[in-house]
Amino acid sequence: MIKFQGVNKIYPANNFHPEPTEALKDISFEIKEKEFVLIAGRSGAGKTTLIKLLIGEEKPTKGRIFFNFEDDQGITRNLEVNKLKRKDLPELRRHIGVVFQDYKLLPRKTVFENVAYALEVVGAQDPQIKNEVPKALRIVGLEERSNHFPSELSGGEKQRVAIARALIHRPDLIIADEPTGNLDPYHTWDIIKLLLKINELGETVILATHDQDIINNLEKRVISLEDGKLIKDEKKGKYII
Amino acid sequence: MWIYLKRILKSGWLNFKRSQVLSVITVFVMFLTISLLTFIFIFKGASDFLLYSLEKKIDVSVYFKEGVSEEEILKTKDLLLEIQGVKIINYVSPAEALAKFKERYKDDDLIAKALEEAGDNPFLASLNITASQVLDYESIAKLLGESRFEGLVSNVDYFQRKPVIEKFFSLKNSLEKTGLVAALILAMIAFSITFVTIRLAIYSSSEEIGIMRLVGASNWFIQGQFIVQGIICGSLAILIALLVFSALSYLLSSRLVDLTGGFNLFNYFLGNFFNILALQVLTGAGLGIISSLVAVRKYLEK
Repeated sequence: MIKFQGVNKIYPANNFHPEPTEALKDISFEIKEKEFVLIAGRSGAGKTTLIKLLIGEEKPTKGRIFFNFEDDQGITRNLEVNKLKRKDLPELRRHIGVVFQDYKLLPRKTVFENVAYALEVVGAQDPQIKNEVPKALRIVGLEERSNHFPSELSGGEKQRVAIARALIHRPDLIIADEPTGNLDPYHTWDIIKLLLKINELGETVILATHDQDIINNLEKRVISLEDGKLIKDEKKGKYII
Repeated sequence: MWIYLKRILKSGWLNFKRSQVLSVITVFVMFLTISLLTFIFIFKGASDFLLYSLEKKIDVSVYFKEGVSEEEILKTKDLLLEIQGVKIINYVSPAEALAKFKERYKDDDLIAKALEEAGDNPFLASLNITASQVLDYESIAKLLGESRFEGLVSNVDYFQRKPVIEKFFSLKNSLEKTGLVAALILAMIAFSITFVTIRLAIYSSSEEIGIMRLVGASNWFIQGQFIVQGIICGSLAILIALLVFSALSYLLSSRLVDLTGGFNLFNYFLGNFFNILALQVLTGAGLGIISSLVAVRKYLEK
């Protein structure tokens, strides 16, 4: 489903970094459909850069990235993400649901509207939205909060809204970039359980984290990064950094 | 397609409604711009009226010698009408001139007595000529100075009136030029302020624009709602400006009639209502759309 082939990413020098920064070095791996993969590594190891490359927010300096999915007509397509133009990015992103550490909710929209937005952009009909948004909110346990604005929610609740938004349009892949970074242990496991449940329902999930507990307890595939290099890729990995 | 349009309209409206402070500021700045342009439009109408009223009062008179027949005077009138720039020529017979004089000084016994003593009508037949430019008056004076008019024309008062005529036209020309430049500068300042205000309003939404892109919204879906928001602000500003100007022109109209010698502000406002509305719509909606487009594009390209 996903293939990284000899990917390098170098950020040019700027005011803060007088030397160019090599964020990723010769990264190659594959992810199959319905897998649950953890991307592990310390802050600055390259986890977020890897995700940004996958959703087309950044372009690799070298190498190729492939994303395989079924389009709306049921035809299998193999996109070479690194070659996509800006105008083609919305289509790619409609097949990927992303959950960020800082939630990235639209502040002027209610919980319901934030989740519905992901369906609106793909042109879903109003009855479908009215039917599916409450279901997604039920899955994340926020049905009662649907008319609240993000500023009225706790961190854990915001993250659950972000997850509901990421899965509402049934994407082929869900990526969670440090989704528990701002949460207490209780809410952390709440979110992880949700991601596991989503994976059990048949979604491919990529979870980027540096949380030792999560990595060691999940017993899932772990791709470990250090200083931009892939140092280990284990089927049932443990925290090694 | 319709469903996207409906969603863009709804999002634009909700953004407008939920960003209360920003919306109020944007509407207020747009109202100021639209009001300024409307004021310039009305001010131009009033100054044109004043200049035209003054221009009508500026003329030269050609006095004909005693005994020149009315037929010959009217022939001269036709000849003068052929000069480019001549606007109006009125023939005043000696009898009419006397009647006007008597009417003007009907309460002055001294003048009435003097007229009685004079016996016959002392007034000469004349042509009152109004032209568009100083040069036209010069052409008239030059033509009438030709030898063929020697036996007809007694006097042309152009040379006595020349300094006043020249002063008026020079004032008129400089007023028109400086008025245009001042209007353009004011309009540019107003445009820039509105443009910057809308850009600042959208700057506050730059993070939102990024999130919308990450969720998979297309560029036009994102741009659309900000354009709708801009149009709503512009429309509201137009509505307020129309109400304010209707009320002001109604209230100030009678005072301005006295002050300007006949310029009826309210009638002018009503008579030019659709021109003013078109100017306001072009400014309000145009500014709303263009500045939203430019500002959002900047964040979409990031």
